[in-house]
Amino acid sequence: MRALRLLGNLAGRSFRFMRRDKKAAAGAIILFVLLVLTAFPSWFTPHDPAAEIYRPGAALSWSHLLGTTSFGQDVFSQVIAGTRQSVMIALIVGFLCTILSVIIGISAAYMGGFIDDGLSLLTDVVLVIPTFPLIIVIVGYLKSASFWLMVFVLVFTGWSYGARQLRVQALSLRNRDYLLAAKARGESSWYVITVELIPPMTSLIVANFLGAALYAVLASAGLQFVGLGNINTESWGTMLYWAQNNEALQTGLPLWALAPGVAIAILGSGLALLNYAFDEVANPALRPVRATKKRSVA
Amino acid sequence: MRFLARRLGFLLIALWAAMTVNFLIPRLMPGNPAEAMMGRLRGHINPASLKALEVAFGINTHQSLISSYFQYLNNCVHLNFGISLLDFPEPVSHVISQALPWSLGLVGVSTILGFLIGTMLGAVAAWRRGGALDSVLPPVFIVISAFPYFFLGLLFIWFFGLTLGWFPILGGYTETVTPSLTFGFIGNILDHSILPAFTILITSIGGWILTMRNNMITVVAEDYVKMGRAKGLKPRRILWQYAGRNALLPNLTGFAMSLGFVISGAILVEYVFNYPGLGFLLLQAVENEDYPLMQALFLLITVAVLVAIFIADIATALLDPRTRTTS
Repeated sequence: MRALRLLGNLAGRSFRFMRRDKKAAAGAIILFVLLVLTAFPSWFTPHDPAAEIYRPGAALSWSHLLGTTSFGQDVFSQVIAGTRQSVMIALIVGFLCTILSVIIGISAAYMGGFIDDGLSLLTDVVLVIPTFPLIIVIVGYLKSASFWLMVFVLVFTGWSYGARQLRVQALSLRNRDYLLAAKARGESSWYVITVELIPPMTSLIVANFLGAALYAVLASAGLQFVGLGNINTESWGTMLYWAQNNEALQTGLPLWALAPGVAIAILGSGLALLNYAFDEVANPALRPVRATKKRSVA
Repeated sequence: MRFLARRLGFLLIALWAAMTVNFLIPRLMPGNPAEAMMGRLRGHINPASLKALEVAFGINTHQSLISSYFQYLNNCVHLNFGISLLDFPEPVSHVISQALPWSLGLVGVSTILGFLIGTMLGAVAAWRRGGALDSVLPPVFIVISAFPYFFLGLLFIWFFGLTLGWFPILGGYTETVTPSLTFGFIGNILDHSILPAFTILITSIGGWILTMRNNMITVVAEDYVKMGRAKGLKPRRILWQYAGRNALLPNLTGFAMSLGFVISGAILVEYVFNYPGLGFLLLQAVENEDYPLMQALFLLITVAVLVAIFIADIATALLDPRTRTTS
């Protein structure tokens, strides 16, 4: 019941917040549209994205909104169908990274002592080892990454940034009076962490989710682009791989390569805009100057 | 000094972790993939090199995991990474040394320029809060920093290279020209580096602008900035020597922390432009199952990032007296 009320409260607050903040609203609309495309891709694809039955290398027209590939596939349908994989990877990797960051970052701050030292060192080491080369090396031995292998590798390499930020904020909250009061009441550590410590950090946790999701989208697209993903799946990165291997830019089919790139950029921008807006929630000093004035009058 | 000693210790631990990961990954893979590679090599290289590769990948060894681990670490420290398959039978270190200057020149210069320009723009944007820079830069660069690096590269190739024909699109220099130390050849190299350099610069600059702007907003509200104004100091002096200097500190740490991301993007930029640097080499090594080269490149890129982080630490120590005195 309590959790439900909290959730409703959060939804109401975020809705009011979107109405006020244009960046957040733009980000939310982008993500909503892409979620609809993810759930019902077949409603929006005029052609079968895999069928190689159209005139190869056609320019854009009403029947082929973005032209066709040199294999005779419809580019527009491929872009729509590719939405699902990028969105799924963003959501799943973002979620798992956030869970891991929360567990590691907050337990480091809450436990303190040598546990904190150990976990912080681990976080910092994972943070500075360059992620993408590491991913390339891991996937390089296996030749190609399936969806779940990609998820695993991205989570394995992507949790540290959030863990570091959450630890710092949890440290600053740890000795606040209300937390000490909860401990003095004899509440369990579990209660103190979940009910007293985590709720004030919600906006930072959400920002971390969005940051990890953005990282997952860009890294997975890069991996597929260089041919280390499964090259037979429908995704934006794979489209770019085929476009690059068939010299789409050089042979007068720029849309084949540019359309999936723009799609990645749209998803990325949606996540980044929301992320930035949440930054402004967590740090009121960053809010646009004019908005602050308006509020002080009201 | 204690600060720097701690940071140096961290550098060594991170380096050790990277080497250990490198050692463990091939051993954790199902059906050791390096085994097939070794089959192709046997009889073609001298026994000593073969031995080093067997130690690195854990094949055919009669020694325990522990002792081959220490032997592997020892080989790494002596830069003995074995033989490259891509450029057989050159040693890996030789293949890498040919690609290294290209990456240092391209990625090094554009990353540092991006950091400097971004930091300055961010500081000025925050200084004139609500001004033109402050309202235009953040949203524009939030969107651009969400672009995949390689996509911006493709866009540049298509627009500036193919449509307008202003710049060459592939390679580090024109293949038909013999490399020499003449102005013509250096011009040729610069010509080839402009598009990839701008790709890295533009995608990386946004992060520095945003973090510097955010730090600066906090710092500008501090009392000592008000004090500077009250004393009637020139705004330029307050901007750079009072506020800027302090706002730069977190940005330097941020620089160190996000360098890995920039390098990751640079690998793809090199790939898109077929630029003969380390990133392109890494992907070629993967494609050709050149595992020794792959391992060595991963270590080298890690070392490069760690050294850059250490330099950022030294800069922090120079700028911030607090790190020098306490803990």
